[in-house]
Amino acid sequence: MLVFEKTFLAEEIEQLIEKYGNARSALLPILQEIQSKHRYISDYAQQEVARHLSIQPVEVYSVISFYAFLNSEPKGRNIVRVCKTISCDMKNKISIVKAIERELGIKMGETTDDNKFTIEYTNCLGLCDEGPAMGINEQVFTKLTPETAVKHLHEVVG
Amino acid sequence: MENKKNGRAPVSQKPHRIEKPEHPEQIGGSVRIQINEKELVVPLGTTILEACRDNQIHVPTLCHHDDLCIAGVCRVCVVEVENMRTLQASCAFPITAPIKINTATPMVRKARKHIIDLLLSEHYGECYSCFRNNNCELQTLAKEYGVDHYNFGHIEKPKYKVDTSSFSVVRDMDKCVLCKRCIRTCIDLQEVGVLEAVGRGDETHIGTFLDKQLSDVICINCGQCINRCPTGALRANDPRDEIWEAIDNPKKHVVIQTAPSPRAAIGEEFGLEAGHSMTGELNTAMRRIGFDKVFDTNFTADLTIMEEGTELILRLYNALVKGEDANKVPQFTSCSPGWVKYLEHFYPEYIDNLSSAKSPQQMFGAVIKTLYAQEANIDPADIVTVAVMPCSAKKFECNRPEMVDSGFKDVDYGLTTRELAQMIKETGIHLPELPKSEFDDPFGNASGAGLIFGATGGVMEAALRTVVELVTGGKVEDLFENANITPLRGFEGIRYVELPIAEVGEVPEMYKRYFDTWDWLKGATLKVAVAHGTANAKKVMEDIKAGGKFSECHFIEFMGCPGGCLGGGGQPIPTNATIRAKRAEAIYAEDEGLPIRKSHENPHIGYIYENFLTDGPCGHKSHELLHTTYTKRGEYIA
Amino acid sequence: MEKTKERNGKVLFSNYSLGEGVRKALSLSRDDILFEVKDSKLKGRGGAGFPVSTKWMLAAAAIAEEKYVICNADEGEPGTFKDRVLLVEYPELVFEGMIIAGYAIGAKNGIVYLRGEYEYIRKSLEDFLEQMRKDNLLGKNILNKEGFDFDIKIFLGSAAYICGEETALIESLEGNRGEARNRPPYPVNTGFNGMPTSVNNVETLGCIPHIILNGGEWYNTLGTEKSSGTKLFSVSGDCEKPDVYEWEWGITINELLEKVGAKNTKAVQVGGASGICVPKSQFDRKISYEDIPTGGSIIIFDENRDMLKVLKNFMEFFVEESCGQCTPCRIGNTKLLEGVEMIENEEYTFSYLNKLKDLGKTMQVASKCGLGQSSPNSFLSILENFKDEIFSHEAGVENGK
Ligand SMILES: Cc1cc2nc3c(=O)[nH]c(=O)nc-3n(C[C@H](O)[C@H](O)[C@H](O)COP(=O)(O)O)c2cc1C
Ligand code: SF4
Ligand code: FES
Repeated sequence: MLVFEKTFLAEEIEQLIEKYGNARSALLPILQEIQSKHRYISDYAQQEVARHLSIQPVEVYSVISFYAFLNSEPKGRNIVRVCKTISCDMKNKISIVKAIERELGIKMGETTDDNKFTIEYTNCLGLCDEGPAMGINEQVFTKLTPETAVKHLHEVVG
Repeated sequence: MENKKNGRAPVSQKPHRIEKPEHPEQIGGSVRIQINEKELVVPLGTTILEACRDNQIHVPTLCHHDDLCIAGVCRVCVVEVENMRTLQASCAFPITAPIKINTATPMVRKARKHIIDLLLSEHYGECYSCFRNNNCELQTLAKEYGVDHYNFGHIEKPKYKVDTSSFSVVRDMDKCVLCKRCIRTCIDLQEVGVLEAVGRGDETHIGTFLDKQLSDVICINCGQCINRCPTGALRANDPRDEIWEAIDNPKKHVVIQTAPSPRAAIGEEFGLEAGHSMTGELNTAMRRIGFDKVFDTNFTADLTIMEEGTELILRLYNALVKGEDANKVPQFTSCSPGWVKYLEHFYPEYIDNLSSAKSPQQMFGAVIKTLYAQEANIDPADIVTVAVMPCSAKKFECNRPEMVDSGFKDVDYGLTTRELAQMIKETGIHLPELPKSEFDDPFGNASGAGLIFGATGGVMEAALRTVVELVTGGKVEDLFENANITPLRGFEGIRYVELPIAEVGEVPEMYKRYFDTWDWLKGATLKVAVAHGTANAKKVMEDIKAGGKFSECHFIEFMGCPGGCLGGGGQPIPTNATIRAKRAEAIYAEDEGLPIRKSHENPHIGYIYENFLTDGPCGHKSHELLHTTYTKRGEYIA
Repeated sequence: MEKTKERNGKVLFSNYSLGEGVRKALSLSRDDILFEVKDSKLKGRGGAGFPVSTKWMLAAAAIAEEKYVICNADEGEPGTFKDRVLLVEYPELVFEGMIIAGYAIGAKNGIVYLRGEYEYIRKSLEDFLEQMRKDNLLGKNILNKEGFDFDIKIFLGSAAYICGEETALIESLEGNRGEARNRPPYPVNTGFNGMPTSVNNVETLGCIPHIILNGGEWYNTLGTEKSSGTKLFSVSGDCEKPDVYEWEWGITINELLEKVGAKNTKAVQVGGASGICVPKSQFDRKISYEDIPTGGSIIIFDENRDMLKVLKNFMEFFVEESCGQCTPCRIGNTKLLEGVEMIENEEYTFSYLNKLKDLGKTMQVASKCGLGQSSPNSFLSILENFKDEIFSHEAGVENGK
């Protein structure tokens, strides 16, 4: 990470601390904001957050590793999450997955070379009545067909 | 509750206990319960496990540890509580109502067996190639429940790489049972915070920050996690092979020094109750193993007192009389390498407060490869120095790059009490049966002051015995009965003592080149403190930072491990408060029986200053050999 | 968000206008409310079915500086989405339920723990809360009730099914891994930040305003003897009209299938992955606390489904979603999944499967929290109820794979 990037990140985290306070209960909201902006929480960010909250970096890492939507490894700018739980599974989620994999030229769990997309599975999105469903970043898309799934990908990046 | 520097532990790992009443005998303070049909009355809030133990009812445990807060995760200790649908973890269940407990129903027995089977199915490795063979809680459970085959299969390939990166602690996560004792030790007991649970579900494991290797994160090497690990997942980095090789090599002159704590604990490795001092037997054993010389680290503990004590006097003189370097008071002890590394990481701005005197182990190494080599006429290149220590951090300390003042690596190997016991067993010796013998000359037997270094408060007591006598010219015995400075003893986490200096005496010869009167100390009150375990050290440091009462201390003893060295990370397993107290008793008893109990009265110390370190304590020569520098490490993990 | 669908129901999906419930509640005393809820015999809708009035009375009786009302909107059980519908279409019910709970137990703070997957509805909820503040339904001296202050915050999860378990949820709120706590002490004594806390499901809270308006007795006339009132059902799987429905407790599975247009149904999973799988022969069973209790997830499988694949999907879910702290659940679920794979690969023996069933029973009693205690349910019920299909290799078409 470059020095100026670190400075930006440090400032950003300071603002988050101002917003959420420095109690341990602020940890998740802070991590969520960093995650949604950068799509991952870098080792530097983790240590900065730990310092502000007076906890150890490993505790931050431990928390990140617990939650499926928080990452400590870099991801693509857009994270696509296809529901793999039973109801979506029965609604042919595999055809959605295959279409996306073909379109982006990567497999589930991978990130495109241009860093635009990471695709992964997720557990039940709570959209079982409208499956198959997927999330792209904070948005959700339902009643997918292979065609609409791919269309949504393109829409998101504009 | 949160975010105080002294309360950073995750709440989940804190005991959500129900506090026991102060007076359980009063009405409402106790509950009447039944365990296995037996009627009992227990104080409100007693856990089922405590109630069972108090009544000699055996309940197996795994994640539970007396020193640590409650986890309730292994589920081995489950029992049946009448009218509850599920089994309850006895270690985590506080009794608040009259309940009926059954500790041995078919359901309980089956559940425990299943849990043990499950743990074994993921436990890679074989007992006979494990250093915890015969002292493993998982093995004991397997035996207790008659495991004779793997009910749910057995993992065939290791999942993790053994992390041997640290000089001190080796982590073999394939043997981990996820009891989280190491986490609770590291985060809650020591408040260092290197280890935490990482991942979730079947991927859960104990990890470091970003799963880096141990040498790359802020581990202080205290090894307390090793002492509390129920299995062989954590162990010390074992140098036995290299040491055997050196012993077997006729060209090498292998010298061993032993710290005070191992002798007070090593008997436990041979089946003795805690609290048997084995000094004489150990000396014989080490000779039979093949060490060429057996020295007492207490000798350099005495030397440390002379150096550190003098350094303290000089710091005080500079601050009080010359008005210089006032920030270098209080002086902090530096003989605990766990504490030193802790300070370097977490309070690097205070490294100037650390005494520059090396620890006794490192002083001895330097002395052996210089003065001793010269006197004994041996090429120091052929000398191998081994240090038997109660400590895993000593292994790191002897590998610090700056510890080469003799021109060689001052101490070649740090050996823990456990590892020495192993070498003794390999030699075919049963330690308790050996005849006693003395330490070797030229350093001979040391003073009781050096000996009590092993217990928390001991360094301070040893220092005061000397400093008080040097300054007042009187006898410690006049102030404290039998020279036992009892306010400094015990296991209270932090102790604070004030000592008024009413009278001053003659300035001894060796200090005349600094000043010729003690008048500047007359009427002063010496303020000292003792803290053991880094969690307590942290409290003191935070107080100092905030300008509290400890910032006005003159001298503070810090020990990285709870209980001091006798509770060190290299000591026999298991450990708990009772065991540590017994080890301390053994140490203090031995001190009382010694003819010389003050460092400055040790004739060998006089000899060394007369013949080698001729410019006296803290003089030029001793600075070259016996003092060191520290590194501002900070908290950032690259 | 707009109400997108016309919904009909006797309680939750009946007519309601914002503020009614709270207004009525504030005209009553705290005890009156507690008794009203007691009379309703309302049980928690999050799955455990604990009587709401008992929980509230304990929380009300606890003495503390702060108390909390937490709305459990972590809805992670596979096949459950009724809480989402309530939050999107009937937020007033849920929020008013929280306010009334706060009033009854003496809490000033409400927290909605919203699962990370529902982040997209957060904004509309925040807006709604803002409006409620303007209407003095939140904030200080609510509806001019002197001394009654209450406000609601939304806390977002980050995708962990276990955080729906109330103590894990509290851990998560406190900034920790969502690992279930030891109990006792229970949250009603020692909850969020060590303070008395009542954690209630979205739907449970949603019922409250109606109960207050129409009386506990009225509510109790609905449903069955031991299961008062109505229940929201999240129906998905092989049927024509997957959706959320409000029906009285006591509906049989047959009736239910009929209503949602399910045909050729072979099996119904009641209660999500942690529930049980009911075979056709038992479709006359009633959904109620007396017979088959549930948090409301109904997943329908028609004759073409391979039940082993279904089971595998569930077990994979638990292996991933276990918090991983306790032995029976962490390793037990892995073993059960391995067992399913053995069947799949025809590498099983019946004696080993019997061992696994036995293990499942241990997990049900020895696990630390409800996840491990209920995760073997589908393993046990599917292997028992569908053994003919599973072990005689008549498995039909794959599940859409
Ligand atoms: C693994 C697990 C997941 C749970 N998930 C939820 C959930 O998503 N929503 C919920 O309301 N309750 C859930 N619960 C139940 C809660 O622990 C708790 O009983 C409930 O929130 C209490 O509210 P109620 O009494 O209104 O049902 C879950 C329990 C377990 C063991
Ligand atoms: S039962 Fe499962 S989810 Fe619950 S505490 Fe144990 S490991 Fe965690
Ligand atoms: S010893 Fe009680 S759960 Fe582990």
